[in-house]
Amino acid sequence: MFKLPYLRNLVTSSLATAVVMGCGGGDGDGGAEDAGEATAAVMEHPVDAATAGSITGLVIFTGTPSEGDMIDMSEEPACAEVHATPPMRMPAVVGADGGLANVFVHLSEGLDPSLQFPAEEAAVLDQLGCEYVPHVVALSTGQQLTVRNSDPVLHNVNTTPTENRGFNRSQPQVGMEFQTSFPTAEVMIPVRCDVHGWMESYIGVTAHPYHAVTGEDGSFALERLPPGTYTLEAWHELYGTVTQSVVVPESGDVEVMFEFDESMAGRHVPLRPTLIISHERDGRATAVRATQQ
Amino acid sequence: MTRTILLAVPVLALASLSTTAASADAQDQELSLGKDVYDRWCAGCHGVDGAGAGPGAATMLPRPRDFTRAQYQVRTTGTGELPTDADIMHVIDVGMPGTAMPGWEDALSRDEREALVAYLKSFSRFFESGPEPTPLEFGSAPSSSEATITEGARLYQEIECWQCHGQAGRGDGSAAATLDDDLGFPNYAADLTRNWLFNGGGAVEDIYRVLRTGLDGTPMPTFSDLIESDIVTDDQLWSLAHYVRSLSPARAPAVREVITATLDESELPSTPDDERWASVQPFYVPLAGQVIVKPRWFSPRVTNIWVRALHDGEDVVLLVSWTDPTQSPSSDPDWASFAQRVVDTMEPKDEGSTWEPGAPDRLVVQFPQTLPSGLERPHFLQGDARRPAYLWSWSSEEDRAVEMVAEGLATGQQQPDENQQLSAVSTWSEGEWRVLFRRPLMTPDIAADLQLPLATAVPIAFQAWDGDNGEAGKQNAVSTWYFLALEEATPATVFMAPVAAFVLTAAFGLGVVARAQRRYTEAEERAGQAGGA
Repeated sequence: MFKLPYLRNLVTSSLATAVVMGCGGGDGDGGAEDAGEATAAVMEHPVDAATAGSITGLVIFTGTPSEGDMIDMSEEPACAEVHATPPMRMPAVVGADGGLANVFVHLSEGLDPSLQFPAEEAAVLDQLGCEYVPHVVALSTGQQLTVRNSDPVLHNVNTTPTENRGFNRSQPQVGMEFQTSFPTAEVMIPVRCDVHGWMESYIGVTAHPYHAVTGEDGSFALERLPPGTYTLEAWHELYGTVTQSVVVPESGDVEVMFEFDESMAGRHVPLRPTLIISHERDGRATAVRATQQ
Repeated sequence: MTRTILLAVPVLALASLSTTAASADAQDQELSLGKDVYDRWCAGCHGVDGAGAGPGAATMLPRPRDFTRAQYQVRTTGTGELPTDADIMHVIDVGMPGTAMPGWEDALSRDEREALVAYLKSFSRFFESGPEPTPLEFGSAPSSSEATITEGARLYQEIECWQCHGQAGRGDGSAAATLDDDLGFPNYAADLTRNWLFNGGGAVEDIYRVLRTGLDGTPMPTFSDLIESDIVTDDQLWSLAHYVRSLSPARAPAVREVITATLDESELPSTPDDERWASVQPFYVPLAGQVIVKPRWFSPRVTNIWVRALHDGEDVVLLVSWTDPTQSPSSDPDWASFAQRVVDTMEPKDEGSTWEPGAPDRLVVQFPQTLPSGLERPHFLQGDARRPAYLWSWSSEEDRAVEMVAEGLATGQQQPDENQQLSAVSTWSEGEWRVLFRRPLMTPDIAADLQLPLATAVPIAFQAWDGDNGEAGKQNAVSTWYFLALEEATPATVFMAPVAAFVLTAAFGLGVVARAQRRYTEAEERAGQAGGA
């Protein structure tokens, strides 16, 4: 399944190279230059807004969520003072209405792989109070990610992907930043700080912009989708993945609900290649209703 | 003309086809040679599939490299980059010090090693595409001075190297207990006072390179961003490398058979921190995991100790020091989980393990119970019934040492209190234990204690346990036998004899010359008288 996005990236990067070459060399082939500029500067969204549909959804949790652990930040007072309440390591954050936060939702199948999307703004992964903000990052292939250290302490940013190349960069000073990106779709890429063993984050990289991370109300929305039938996947670091089939109507919205419960808890071993637990629950997951607008 | 071209095209096409075929053939041959070498010499640890999980892997920490991830610790390229062929070749040639990976430069031919590099790369798709990785520019090491060392020490504080490596560099930082490698196995922060064990080499150039590239797959990150963000200069990073280098001895230590206890007739040092120890020669004693009797232990934390010895003709004092990141059991619960993770990780899980959270650190100095008349010594794992071992056994739990007699590993029986003539004082500071043992050379307990005569090679061996590394009972680190030699006072005759010999020889020589001269004079006188007559 990685083959097609990979090819797409290849095409994108070749086009990007063409742009760079075209702009750099004044004596370049005029035709190529024009084509390149057109691709980069004014890339149209490939989905017609008039017929596009959308998905709005909710991820809910039933049962007793896994309890968090207290984080002992006594050795890093500069981080401890950022927190108004004692910092907790919370693998499961459940909102008042039962919404499950930090769920990465994305289209895993069904999208035309030849679609080219305009470049998106850089996403940010911050280190603040010896925690990653946000805890889960949604990223498209090739999209820039700015990694920032807002703490006056040493952090190292250690990524352990399998489809992309992992790196491990230190940021010993407050305000340090670097930019990176991932060329290949991968759900999920664990990020850890070895200096502060409790710090963990996950980056979900898809070959398209149809991804979202739920907030504490468990809600998410995917906009401007080509009408069609897709597989929608919801990933949570502790409760694994749930998929369901979704039909996106023309010019309409489909409401979707994902349910996670306590029986799905796996061993919370973050930052391991074996971390993904797959739950074959298509039957239970339900598309609530589709409304024609 | 046209006909010529028409003919030439297929001929050229054929020629280029055959060139491609030939090079593909050569590639296949190289991969096939690489596979032969790999399957024979490498697969035992790295696995036939290259995933780092061969039959021997589970007894190793750190685990063998997983080639399918194409992630290599020792590189000249940036973090996240592939290594160059030369990088891979370098590690094959010299091995990975401090791990089970030996160097192969002398064991395999250049062709075999080159083929091996090609074969290792074939385990990962990452090598299939993309440009050839380019090494970073490192420049050459500026010379070291007191100023660079001071600057390096400042930077060590500022960029928080101590978080993992500790204030004195012994791998005892506050983050050391929670380190994992990328595969989830517990990871030891490097002991920066033992550069001969550094992954990637212990020279200042190697240290600088690791600061720039990181050790991918481990918690050690790159610090190149500091230079790229203009926070430190390249020279400052070199200063840090010089400082780290200065934490280890100038030369890698050599193993000596005989540990000499120097005679010191002034008062013997009574504490491990006595300044006089600095002028006593340290002897390096390597230790290895106890893998002879079950339950075995393949991941010892104490891989060498240092021994210094003095005596005053009455007592002997032995100072044993070694790197240990904690005073086991540590008050930091992370170390208890670290030990548990090491125990869970290590195979084989022989029956009879006695480790439990809270286990202390221990050190045993082992002697034969009686001096052997010939070369036969007790079994090096605390003797047996026929030849028992006599032990000085120290534990961090009670911070005292006791005399014991053992007939095999972990069978030691403590001698009764009235027969205890051994004392010990210990300190733990910045990741180092220093234990000072003291005992009279001769004891009243002649039957049970080894008596320590002067100028005699006394067999001696050592065993160490790190409780916070999951070690207890028979699961420890052991040394082979060495000798302890108590230096003898030089008797006065040693100095007098040469003088006497010189005086006697001179007197004799003078006598001979005088006699010869007298004879000559007498003969001349006689001749004169004869001539006159």
